[in-house]
Amino acid sequence: MTQTAQTFSGAAKAPDTTPDTAPALTVEALTVSVRTETGLHPLVQDLSFTLQRGETLAIAGESGSGKSITSLAIMGLLPPPAVRVTAGRIRLGDTDLTALPESRLRGIRGDRIAMIFQEPMTSLNPVLTIGTQLSEAIRAHDPVPRAEAARRALAALKSVRLSQPERRMAQYPHELSGGMRQRVMIAMALALRPEVLIADEPTTALDVTVQREVLDLLRDLQREMGTAIILITHDMGVVAEMADRVIVMKSGRMVEQAPVATLFHSPAEPYTRDLLGAVPRIGTAPDRPAQAAGPLATLSDVTVRFPLKGGLLGRTQANVHAVEHVSFDIRRGETFSLVGESGCGKSTIAKAMVGLVPHQGRITVAGQTLSGTGRNEPRDLRRKVQMVFQDPMAALDPRMRVGDLIAEPLLIHGIGTARDRRDRAADLIRRVGLSDAQLDRYPHEFSGGQRQRICIARALALKPDLIIADESVSALDVSVQARVLALLKELQEEMGVAYLFISHDMAVVDSISDRIAVMYLGQIVELGTRAQVFGNPQHPYTQRLIEAVPVPDPSRQRPPAPRMSGEVPSPVHPAGTAPARLTLRDIGGGHLVASA
Amino acid sequence: MVYVLRRLIQSALILLGVSFITFVLLYVLPADPVRQIAGRAATAETVENIRQQLGLDQPFLVQYGRYLAALAQGDLGRSYLQKTEVSDLILSRLPATLQLMAAGIVAELILGLSMGIAAALMRGRIGDQLLMMTSFVTVSAPQFVVSLLLLYVFAVKLGWFPIGGYGTLAHLVLPAITLGILGSGWYSRMMRSSMVEVLRADYIRTARAKGLGRARVVFRHALPNAILPIIAMIGIDIGIFMGGIVVVESVFGWPGIGQLAWQAIQRVDIPIIMGVTLVSAFAIVLGNLLADLVAPLIDPRIRLR
Repeated sequence: MTQTAQTFSGAAKAPDTTPDTAPALTVEALTVSVRTETGLHPLVQDLSFTLQRGETLAIAGESGSGKSITSLAIMGLLPPPAVRVTAGRIRLGDTDLTALPESRLRGIRGDRIAMIFQEPMTSLNPVLTIGTQLSEAIRAHDPVPRAEAARRALAALKSVRLSQPERRMAQYPHELSGGMRQRVMIAMALALRPEVLIADEPTTALDVTVQREVLDLLRDLQREMGTAIILITHDMGVVAEMADRVIVMKSGRMVEQAPVATLFHSPAEPYTRDLLGAVPRIGTAPDRPAQAAGPLATLSDVTVRFPLKGGLLGRTQANVHAVEHVSFDIRRGETFSLVGESGCGKSTIAKAMVGLVPHQGRITVAGQTLSGTGRNEPRDLRRKVQMVFQDPMAALDPRMRVGDLIAEPLLIHGIGTARDRRDRAADLIRRVGLSDAQLDRYPHEFSGGQRQRICIARALALKPDLIIADESVSALDVSVQARVLALLKELQEEMGVAYLFISHDMAVVDSISDRIAVMYLGQIVELGTRAQVFGNPQHPYTQRLIEAVPVPDPSRQRPPAPRMSGEVPSPVHPAGTAPARLTLRDIGGGHLVASA
Repeated sequence: MVYVLRRLIQSALILLGVSFITFVLLYVLPADPVRQIAGRAATAETVENIRQQLGLDQPFLVQYGRYLAALAQGDLGRSYLQKTEVSDLILSRLPATLQLMAAGIVAELILGLSMGIAAALMRGRIGDQLLMMTSFVTVSAPQFVVSLLLLYVFAVKLGWFPIGGYGTLAHLVLPAITLGILGSGWYSRMMRSSMVEVLRADYIRTARAKGLGRARVVFRHALPNAILPIIAMIGIDIGIFMGGIVVVESVFGWPGIGQLAWQAIQRVDIPIIMGVTLVSAFAIVLGNLLADLVAPLIDPRIRLR
């Protein structure tokens, strides 16, 4: 409880005596180490920076760079007892945070420094209402009566432009979407007008249009309250749009520190140049010759609905309309992409194509038609279509050797002798850029990018005609992502395999695709070649998606867009009703657009 | 409401299944109740007469049907040996057992949950290891040993509690603790792992980032989440409890249905065994039903379907 906590209506609280030039936060020669069996191992080393009042400082870097550890060190939330600050100081105004006992730190956390986290879905307590969680944040530092705390909590919810704030107060986190939850987190963090806000990957888990709304909101609130923000992110597009200054970190050390314009236009360090070079940008990929080959897979009028049962007899009361009347074809050797935000049905299409969910309509792959029952698909059909998933760690059995993992599809389909399979696995692992000496290792001995290469090798084992890549590069750092995308392209040229590439990332889709279908609420709203969809987007939703992508260029002026706070409508419809069916119109050259 | 109704119907079906299985088991049992009643000296004619009187010469399904029809009216049959209504026997002893059960569950939860929470908060340290060793001992210690040990120390040596019998609160303490100790080991281990996992959750980090005190983080934010899997466990646990009650009631001379069952088993008094089994099954089903109805009150995500 600080004395200044009562000045709710003022700007960020700070002793009035301090001149404006004093930094809000100073980090001096900070070293954070983890105690292991082999001794102290530094996670962050000799990091120094200052954060001025009202500015946004971005800390950018790939996984393992120490950026999140830095933010936890500032909050005093390092996981005890193994990880701790072993040298240096963190000063908030005149207070040395590293010297404070936990009880005093607690008074500062949430009051003078607040934090929002990456995962809005899990960052709120599932068994407490939004109102309770907001009010207790206020009452932790300012012991006002419950009614007063509730009134201020409601005001905070209104300030983050959450729809129906009164109703939200009594709701539980699971009743809110990810974007709404992140707004609640922001409301909670800013309710007490902290001097410093640490935002750790605040939009990474959100859809691109929701990301745009949350970034706009953060910027508006910062202007209003004068809060200094430390923005931790791996996304150079977000950095370019939000930051005043940037620190680039790698392996626990600062690589470069510069104003945002300088960093993007004349990066001093080779690592910064590499990092910027790896960022996919819309409209920079070279055009590829159009594929004239015939269709490999055809979907006509495919619909997938999941019944929601209820009542005494468990009758279907409503349906989730995951996929509605979707038709497209994938040509041999091409990359066909499905883009859209979470819940638009893109992954459900992938599941239907490998026969994992029942569907209506007709799906034909390599001349064979799926039964549509969601089970007992013929084995040789499975052989022709393989999948690569988002999380390579979860997709590899941790107790199997990599060589066995890669050879397993051959074993299941009874191909070759043990010796043949072993040779083939060695072949494949070399093909994806690893060494056959690594065949006897286990998945945990590999990095995220290497694991995804192993998944790709496994998918290639059966020489499929089609590989479905469902968000396969989304969990990877940009430099690793760029290399995996390059590998996918190489393999395609060499083996003629077609990809169904599913992603929410517009820039990645732009860099790899031949043709693209944009999905919204289970239906395709626009379909065409890369040039057609990105060069001449016709449907308002496509335009909104492209417009929402943060551009890694700080000099680019974003046209002022209306501040959005809309929610995507629900794909659940009562039994017997269905959403309005969109009809696609050809506006020339096979560019299909839904009439709005 | 629909959910409650559905769960009630399910519960009734489970009880029907239990009644069928016990009936079959006792039907195929080699012990002949008629011989027991008639005594060794009875003539074959007397035996046949009794058999007819009791309807035991009827086909299996007829017997089961009659049993069910009586059951529906709350009639559990008559003990052949004690010559009293089984329902009267059970009803007269049920209050004592319910009392012991309630006290045992309270003891077990207080011991188990507090040990589990303490261990989770001291995770990896010496206190954690000591508590978990203790829980291991309590889980493995047989109840008759624990009860005799408690009796020896607290009743014989110290004289704090009566050695056995029923009536006052003091009579209740040792049997309840005996029952509680066994379960507390289970609960402390479950509570510890559940709590450790919850304490790692993102929302706990959020709560700490808000500047909340340790007590509030643990009891307001972590505990309700950590206790959810335990609640389901309590329902199942009542079954294990019934087993323990037979032992504990016998050792402490507690006049409950456990003792009744023990005596009936020794004398192969089939109607009483069946009655006690059914009542126990009823208790287990009821416990599970209650656990399922309580869980949504704590966790808003569980929709009553």
